[in-house]
Formats: sequence, structure tokens, C-alpha cells
Amino acid sequence: MTTQEAKFQYLLRLGDSNLIIGHRLSEWCGAGPILEEDIALINIALDFVGNATALLGYAATVEGNGRTEDDLAYLRNEREFRNLLITEQPNGDYASTITRQFLYDVYTFYLYEALKSSKDETIAALAVKSHKEVTYHLRHTTEWMYRLGDGTAESHERMQNAINDLWMFTGEMFDMDEVDQILIKEGIAPDLNNIKSQWETHVKRVIAEATLQIPTYNFKQKGSKEGKHSEHLGFLLAEMQSVHRAFPGAKW
Amino acid sequence: MSSRPQRRDLLSVTEISNKMPNITADQIFQLLSQIPDPEIPVININELGILRDVKWDGELCTVVITPTYSGCPAMKVIEDDIKILLKEKGIENVKVDLVYSPAWTTDWINDEAKEKLRAYGIAPPEVTSIDKGLLLGKARHLKCPQCNSENVTMISQFGSTACKALYRCNDCKEPFDYFKCI
Ligand SMILES: [Zn+2]
Repeated sequence: MTTQEAKFQYLLRLGDSNLIIGHRLSEWCGAGPILEEDIALINIALDFVGNATALLGYAATVEGNGRTEDDLAYLRNEREFRNLLITEQPNGDYASTITRQFLYDVYTFYLYEALKSSKDETIAALAVKSHKEVTYHLRHTTEWMYRLGDGTAESHERMQNAINDLWMFTGEMFDMDEVDQILIKEGIAPDLNNIKSQWETHVKRVIAEATLQIPTYNFKQKGSKEGKHSEHLGFLLAEMQSVHRAFPGAKW
Repeated sequence: MSSRPQRRDLLSVTEISNKMPNITADQIFQLLSQIPDPEIPVININELGILRDVKWDGELCTVVITPTYSGCPAMKVIEDDIKILLKEKGIENVKVDLVYSPAWTTDWINDEAKEKLRAYGIAPPEVTSIDKGLLLGKARHLKCPQCNSENVTMISQFGSTACKALYRCNDCKEPFDYFKCI
């Protein structure tokens, strides 16, 4: 694998994760529990999709085959997507959405902090931009972790159920393969073992402060780096891509 | 889809003007500085720090802009506004480049523009940039843009747009937007 091929794959992983979690959040539009939360989630969704546009646009440039960010977003099939499994998990109740966002926000907070010093100038520039935004996302989800975890008996139970259900998707965030190895050597990507220890410390602290428990099971779902997804991604893509596929090349 | 035919026609213009540029890059920069921000029309895209540079490359005019937030929906409108204004001045061979580095910061909003925001009812960004205190939810010393009271409460971290948070003044009871530091 060449550095160029590794970089393309890496940008798909970053871009697809933001695109898919952004699309998931957009499903809350008009259905948020209170107006302020509806607005907050859609603002955050916009950040993710905007960031995905830039990352996938750069992926297309690196690939050099004349594809655009729209081609990558709308004309790839499920097995070609490289988003983390956690990003495609359904919204569920508000506890599930907040927990999914929190676990991913802590990950991106430390990942983009590290990517700010990437030797690839474009990745570093995008990381500086994203990190500022992620800081606000993380603050928002952290407040809700406390509020719901240390809230009523029912909100506490729902939060604990959400953590139990989503924890199995966190392990693969730190899996590394040939793509990572090549880019670590080039100083383009960080070693995910370092991100993992920062993530664990941060997540354990907040979960404990929210009076919640880390699950004891060690089972881990994985496969997104090879394009193996949970059953939910296909349905999400069917909706997200339908207009573009029905009207190829449509612009407005 | 055809509700804005003018803009669609404009975007599909590929014909290159034969006229030699008779306006300098600096003059174009000043001209484009008239364009108001689509969401906060009291300040222009230069005061906000979105307009970064104007360059002539032969007969091609390149305008460099940077987004406030990655997903800011106003960027497309600003790009269209730039092309429309330049077309009115006979400059049709225009490219608008969106750059991400250096990353936009509220530090670029000068005091004069901050005062315009306050007069418009938006509390301008306080202190500078973002800091880790944000994660701990440290309170900032904000003033109500209506009555100057510091007795204010945050209602939501995210307001009418990604760049603003929603607050309420506990003295005059008015809700107001706060332009977040980033
Ligand atoms: Zn007041």
C-alpha cells in the first residue's frame, strides 16, 4: 500500500464517521425533546456534515480520479463506507443519542487534538478547525451525561442501558491496521494507543461523576475499517442517497 | 428548484470576459467589504474576518474566504453574493476559494464590529478564543446587550446559528444571543 492509498483510506474513515453521525443527528430535526435541544443537535449535525464535506473533498483530491465529495457521499455502497460502527447506531431515546455522541465526542476531541500536528498540512488545518467545534459538542454532551445520569431513577436507568448497549462499539475506535502504520511512520496520523488512554481516562471520569457504571463485558464489535457494518447503515444510506440517485447530477 | 434562476444562471457562466482587468485587487477587496453577513447583516464579511484575500491571476479574479464554522450554511450565500457583485462590475471570470487555514477565530472581530453587534442585540465574544475552561463550564462575564447587567443565565449552548449561544438576562428578562468565542 502506498502512502497515497493509505491517506485516501484514512480520510474516508474520518470523513465517513462525521458524515454518518451528522446524518443520524439530522434525523432529530423537528423531533427534539425541547426546542433548544432540537436547535443544538441540528447545529452540531451541520458541523459534522460540513467537516465531512471538507474531509471527503480532500479524500477525492488525494485519490485523483476526478471524483468529488458528492460522488463519495452519494454513490458508494455500504461496503465501501469506512465510518465507525458507533456512528451509524440508531438515535433510540435521548439517552442513547447523548451517550453515542458523548463517546464519539471524547474520541474526536483527543484525535483532532493530535491531528493538529499532522505533517499533512490540509489534515492539520482541518483538525484545528474541527477541534474548536468538537470542544463545544463535548461540553454539550457532557452536561447531558450529568443531567440524565444523575437525574431521576428513570433517566438514570435509560442512561445505564444506553451505555451497556453502546459500549461494545467503542473498542474498534482504537484498532490500527496497515493504513495507520504507514501514516504513523510518516507523521501524518497519531498512534491510537495514545488516544485510547486519554479517551479511557476522560470517559471513566465523566461516567463515574454521572453516577453511572462502565459495563464489565469485554465483547467488542468491529469491522468498519474493512467496510463491514451493522444492519443499520444500509437503511441510513438508502435514505441519505435516494434523492441523488433518483436525480443524478441534480443541483440546487 | 428553479426559485432562484438568477443565481443558477450566474453559477453556470463559463464564458471568459475579454476585458482586461482595470480594477486592482485592493479595490475589489474594498468593494467586497460592502457585502453584509447574511445572518448578521449589521456587520460585513470583512469585519467578520470571512473575506481573506483577493488576487488577480492573469484575467482570473480569485477571492479567498474562510468559514466561521465548518457547516456554516451562509458560505454558499456569501459565495453567490461575491459573484453577483463582481458581475455587476463587469468582472465575470471569478473563482471563490474556501480555505480552512488559518482557522477562523472570533479574535478577528475588531472592537468597532463588536460594538455594532452589541447595538444589534447580540452580545459580542468576550476575552479571546477558546480555552479548556470551556469544558469545565466556567462562567464568563457576559453583559446583557440591552441593559448591561452581568446577571445573566445561559439557556442553551447553541443558539439561532452555530456561532451563537442563547442567554437570558435575569434583570430585564430579555433573551439574547451571545457570539461564542472560538
Ligand atoms: Zn438585561
